[in-house]
Amino acid sequence: MTTTVKPKIQVPEKKKESASRGSVYQSNQLNLWYDTNHALKNIDLDIKENEVTAIIGPSGCGKSTYIKTLNRMTETIPSVKTSGEIIYRGKNILEKGYKFEELRTKVGMVFQKPNPFPKSIYENIAYGPRIHGIKNKKILDQIVEKSLRGAAIWDEVKDRLNENAYSLSGGQQQRICIARCLAIEPDVILMDEPTSALDPISTLKVEELVQELKKEYSIIIVTHNMQQAARISDKTAFFLNGEVIEFDETDKIFSNPSDKRTEDYISGRFG
Amino acid sequence: MNYIDHESVAKKTNSRLLKNKVLKSIFLAATMFGLIVLAILLYRIVTQGSEYLSLEFFTSFASRIPENSGIKAAILGSIYLMLVVAPISMFLGVGTAVYLEEYAKKNKLTNFIRINISNLAGVPSVVFGLLGLTIFARFFGLGISILAAGLTMSLLILPIIIVAAQEAIRSVPKELRDASYAMGATKWQTILRIVLPAAIPGILTGSILALSRAIGETAPLVVLGIPTILMFTPDSILSTFTALPMQIFDWTKRPQVAFHDVAAAGIIVLMTLLIIMNSIAVFIRNKYQKRY
Amino acid sequence: MSVRERYEADLSELNRKIVELGTFAQNALDRSLKALENHDIEDSLLIMDEDIKANRIEEEINDQAILLIAKQQPVATDLRRVIAAIKIAADLERIADFAVNIAKSTIRIGNDPFVKPIENIHQMHLQTSTMIELVLEAFMEEDVVKAKRIAELDDKVDSLYGQTIQELLSISANSPDKLPQITQLSFICRYLERAADHVTNISENIFYLVKGTRYELNK
Repeated sequence: MTTTVKPKIQVPEKKKESASRGSVYQSNQLNLWYDTNHALKNIDLDIKENEVTAIIGPSGCGKSTYIKTLNRMTETIPSVKTSGEIIYRGKNILEKGYKFEELRTKVGMVFQKPNPFPKSIYENIAYGPRIHGIKNKKILDQIVEKSLRGAAIWDEVKDRLNENAYSLSGGQQQRICIARCLAIEPDVILMDEPTSALDPISTLKVEELVQELKKEYSIIIVTHNMQQAARISDKTAFFLNGEVIEFDETDKIFSNPSDKRTEDYISGRFG
Repeated sequence: MNYIDHESVAKKTNSRLLKNKVLKSIFLAATMFGLIVLAILLYRIVTQGSEYLSLEFFTSFASRIPENSGIKAAILGSIYLMLVVAPISMFLGVGTAVYLEEYAKKNKLTNFIRINISNLAGVPSVVFGLLGLTIFARFFGLGISILAAGLTMSLLILPIIIVAAQEAIRSVPKELRDASYAMGATKWQTILRIVLPAAIPGILTGSILALSRAIGETAPLVVLGIPTILMFTPDSILSTFTALPMQIFDWTKRPQVAFHDVAAAGIIVLMTLLIIMNSIAVFIRNKYQKRY
Repeated sequence: MSVRERYEADLSELNRKIVELGTFAQNALDRSLKALENHDIEDSLLIMDEDIKANRIEEEINDQAILLIAKQQPVATDLRRVIAAIKIAADLERIADFAVNIAKSTIRIGNDPFVKPIENIHQMHLQTSTMIELVLEAFMEEDVVKAKRIAELDDKVDSLYGQTIQELLSISANSPDKLPQITQLSFICRYLERAADHVTNISENIFYLVKGTRYELNK
């Protein structure tokens, strides 16, 4: 009698599901330089819709730079040069003459530090619709309520919409910022370390929210917190020195990564 | 091995504390010097000028008789002057600051402009007077008018307003701009709805302080040749006028001692005006102190 | 280059304990067989008493693994290492229990001479003992090739088991008065066969620990 050793590698259900999803963003051979600093090197990533894609990596690995190129916030930094392409819904957003103001109405962004405007809660949420020309008070009211509900903060602030947003706690401010971003009815939400300035409980609330939002939006989140990436994302990309080392199902990355560097990073052996 | 010898440290403690005390008193004395001089000045002026302060002082024109002298023309002139200076200097100043901070690319030319604006703030006011005389009064033919003086004064305080507005605009956190841009706002929408509202307190404070400088300034008016004795009030911005500091300057030049007291009364009015304006500036600054 | 010295130390402590438990189990099995061969009831009693040590080491491994998970949040290979440690410890503890079972059978057999030479049982024990040694080496060296070899050895134990049981059955037909001893001897065979299966489980866990995927070695 001989022993037959046969591998039993099952394809997880998720993977099949994911393969059938459409792409939101496709980066093809994306390179980016700050002056002479080569910050992103030949990035190829295919980001699917209605998924949470986490980007992890040590400081200075290019993860924040990458997420900022996705809505061209890198425009605000002078002396940035790019090559390659980022296809968003079939159009190369790095093309000359592409109107990034238009892109940004479809791609919302939540920043590292809660940054509400020094205005009332209501005005904060109504800001986006207003700059896009909505003046009707009734419509604005509806947008404000819908966005605040979407960000799971309506019950906490419904009686104080006219108070300054700064009177809220840090965690609430961040959810106001998420609501503000929902008010422009985006397709994608980019989050750049959205919980790094928050306490653990607020962090968990934001994470819960991300799970909710994923049903309607595609979410790309940069995070320093590996457990967070593990908890909330479907796919994880590991960046190191401006390169994508590994991009795969989060389940795979955190249980059995293919690359030694990924394993060393997620198990806290460097970075 | 210990690098700190705690015994010798203990010995030196007393002398260190003494040194601290001595220096504290020196700095206090330095602070008091200015205050005391100001107090003496105020006391002298108030005792000298108070007897001339009356309602008539505000409603009479200048006169050869000290008792009949008033500042009607001068105070109205000063107010008209401010009405010209305030909008012109604020529009130009804030506009320049917005351009430099928000639109201009960070290059050598921008840097050069920036340095020169700071330099402009250091130019003596007499020189501005000469400039005003040459360009506005003579070249543009505005003559010795409120408009010519107003433009000159605007130029004089422009650098102060620009620098104050630049500071105020710069202190608006980048995160707020980013948040606005990230929602698809254009630069102008961001400036109008986010940057300027947040910067307004700083801009106003700076502008009021600059205007209070303009209201007390004499030299450019002297160079422009503003008359001191005027028996009528200005009827348009192109008519000639006189201003409070000119009037005071004129009275102090007179040989009669009584006119010196009239001048003191004028100074009281001028200083009250300045204090009110500065208080408004402080009030605005405190009320709208940065909330981000 | 490690930035988590305490963590690394805890992980290697966990490994050390596994090896300790493994060596203990192997030793107990060896002694129980020797006691069986020599009808040594005294040592058999001792083996039963000392089994408490195996239980203690297993508990220590479990406690430490739980603390590691709670405090250090291991991921990927580290997490698999911790989970594998818990499972391997349970298998090793079972093997030590089989040594106790064999010791109990030895006591029951007492000083009765064997119905037949126990050569087959001896062979089964040698194989099982070698397997334990091999699996501990495979664990320490994280050697997948060695882990796979365990399966082949287990096949030998299985066929020896079938053979021996057949023999014992035929003896029992001829001498029914020896039935109690024959029952005990079949039990011992069963214990050794089960012990070898547990070793195979351990080698599967080693494979999972190293590769992150599962291989079925037990048939």
